[in-house]
Amino acid sequence: MKKLLSILAVSVFAFTVNAGTLDDVKNRGFLKCGVTTGLAGFAAPDDSGEWAGLDADMCRAVAVAVFGDRSKVEFITTTGKSRFPTLASGEVDMLARNTTWTISRDVNLGFEFVGVNFYDGQGFMIPSSLGVSSATELDGATVCIQTGTTTELNLADFFRLNGISYEALPIETNDEGKENLFAGRCDVYTTDASGLSSTRAAAADPSKWLVLPEIISKEPLGPLVRHGDHQWGDVVRWSLNAMIIAEELGVSSENVDASKSSNVPEILRLLGVEGSYGEMLELAPDWAYQIIKQIGNYSESYEANVGPDTPLEIARGLNALWTQGGILYAPPFR
Amino acid sequence: MRSNLNFFSDEKFRSIFFQTLVIGLFALGIFFIVQTTGYNLEKRNIATGWRFLSDPAGFDISFSPFIDFKSTDTHLDVYFVGVLNTLLVSFCGCIAATILGFLVGIIRLSSNWLLVRVAYIYVEFTRNVPLLLQIILWYSILIQLPRVKQSLEFADTFFISNRGIYSPRPIFESGFSYIFIAIILALISSFLLRRWAKKRQDETGKQFPVLSSAFGLIIIAPLLLFFIIGSPMSFDYPALKGFNFKGGMVIRPEFIAMFLALTIYTAAFISETVRSGILSVTKGQREASASLGLKKSWIMRLIIIPQALRVIVPPLTSQYLNLTKNSSLGIAVGYADLVHGFGGISLNQTGQAIECMVIVMATYLTISLTISVFMNIYNRSIQFKEK
Repeated sequence: MKKLLSILAVSVFAFTVNAGTLDDVKNRGFLKCGVTTGLAGFAAPDDSGEWAGLDADMCRAVAVAVFGDRSKVEFITTTGKSRFPTLASGEVDMLARNTTWTISRDVNLGFEFVGVNFYDGQGFMIPSSLGVSSATELDGATVCIQTGTTTELNLADFFRLNGISYEALPIETNDEGKENLFAGRCDVYTTDASGLSSTRAAAADPSKWLVLPEIISKEPLGPLVRHGDHQWGDVVRWSLNAMIIAEELGVSSENVDASKSSNVPEILRLLGVEGSYGEMLELAPDWAYQIIKQIGNYSESYEANVGPDTPLEIARGLNALWTQGGILYAPPFR
Repeated sequence: MRSNLNFFSDEKFRSIFFQTLVIGLFALGIFFIVQTTGYNLEKRNIATGWRFLSDPAGFDISFSPFIDFKSTDTHLDVYFVGVLNTLLVSFCGCIAATILGFLVGIIRLSSNWLLVRVAYIYVEFTRNVPLLLQIILWYSILIQLPRVKQSLEFADTFFISNRGIYSPRPIFESGFSYIFIAIILALISSFLLRRWAKKRQDETGKQFPVLSSAFGLIIIAPLLLFFIIGSPMSFDYPALKGFNFKGGMVIRPEFIAMFLALTIYTAAFISETVRSGILSVTKGQREASASLGLKKSWIMRLIIIPQALRVIVPPLTSQYLNLTKNSSLGIAVGYADLVHGFGGISLNQTGQAIECMVIVMATYLTISLTISVFMNIYNRSIQFKEK
């Protein structure tokens, strides 16, 4: 009896004592990454059923950093609502899910945002037949809004500030929003501008839909992890930074092998030729080399998933490097 | 060792011992869960407490027929809006499901071959398809209605579109309070009339047309008064302005979808309960009352139904409870009930998952227990009174 009770007590407390996430991931053999239920360009299964997109690349980059293998990742879909409990409970190791970095999420919810992989802002999409050219003309409109998001709060603030009324139609997923907007149940759909571009690209005739010029909020979207495990936070943070730094240094998946014999010191440090940065992170010395080799730098990922040549047609804008008129900036690699 | 054995062979000691053991283990389990949860929350720096209830919600709820809700109101207000919306759809659903269920149950026992078949197909189909799918089906049908600018209109007063059904809203002017007073007086006097009529019938056997006189008192008299004091009521008509109809009253497709799905689904179960209740009354009862010369409608009302109710009411209570709990599926179509508003949006915006869920669960528990209490009182009143 005594033995049984002690086993019981130990097993209960075993749940409460977490080993480091990095060790957990290594022991498990693959990364569990929380993504959207499907948002083209960010994370959605492609024609062959493979997850693709900017956020999917973020997950793969972390898997490459840990295992040197882009396939060692399990994508777990989360809704706007389920994402935080999923991460908090340890069901996923990280979220790369169009999540806006806010103070309350960073502080009160017990998460750690490790960076920004897409600078976004909230916009409005309407049928062009409505003849509306500005969001301030939307008095009395029915607005489709994803519940549990920052956009829901921004929307209320925007209409209150402008002294105009609206009716909110709460929806759970982007697909539901699309369905209700296309059926005319709501006049306007509001979410991050990137999400609107994605929705518009999915319409039968995109020219019939208009994204209004107003951007009513700052939405820095980025990957996040549980608060308190700084080692794991560092791994995710620097996987993202490595991609940005690679673009800055002109290192891409095509020239990464040739770059190993470059004479630029920061490139040599990044690719693990000099220094022991991998060791500091408890990763392989060539972790960043593998990310660039297997995923590409930030620009490659952007152009392939959301850039002007994709159906989403989103110009780099704010997401260009700081040297090219944007605000994308990573701390130095040294 | 021997005395120990003796203790265990004592039935009373044994049962007390094991019951204490089970309760103890259960309490220990709960203790561990609470302990572990608290520890983990603290470790992950997740704030706990009830302070968030008085913080402004920051989001809007468009479906709030009872409270005028603004985004500056608190999460506690979100809770009240949710509770009222849950009660609204549950109440309407229970009433409609009872009426439809009794109707279908009686139809299934009728001798009309076609009606019996139709009722049979209805019951088997709705009982065997998940409720969630039915809710989504109704909603998908409703949002395929014409768009708001092409609304179907009836006499310029009723408009149907995929934004809902718009109808004129009555505005009560001064003097309307007399009508309310008249209705209340009529209700009281009908009640007294019924008691008097019953007493007289018990004593003399003479009957009094209670139903038609109550109808006259409650409906006709206030109506006459209404016209005598000069119709103190006007209407606010809906009119299309800009994006939407302004004015009037509106029933949203989310509500209609929930109401239809819950009613039709639960009515199928209730009809089976009613059928079994009526079948439980032996044939002899019917024959005996017929031989006394009672009218066919009286046999049903005075002999069959009162006896059938004894069998019907307990499972009917479960159906009411099911319907109320099933209303939480409103989240699938964005019906702003308790789970959707407070248990969903507030939970997500504040991150206070445990607090919100505890409140939501306690609320459902309270609603369910209240329904049970009233149904049990009713059940007791219709049981056989042993004299």
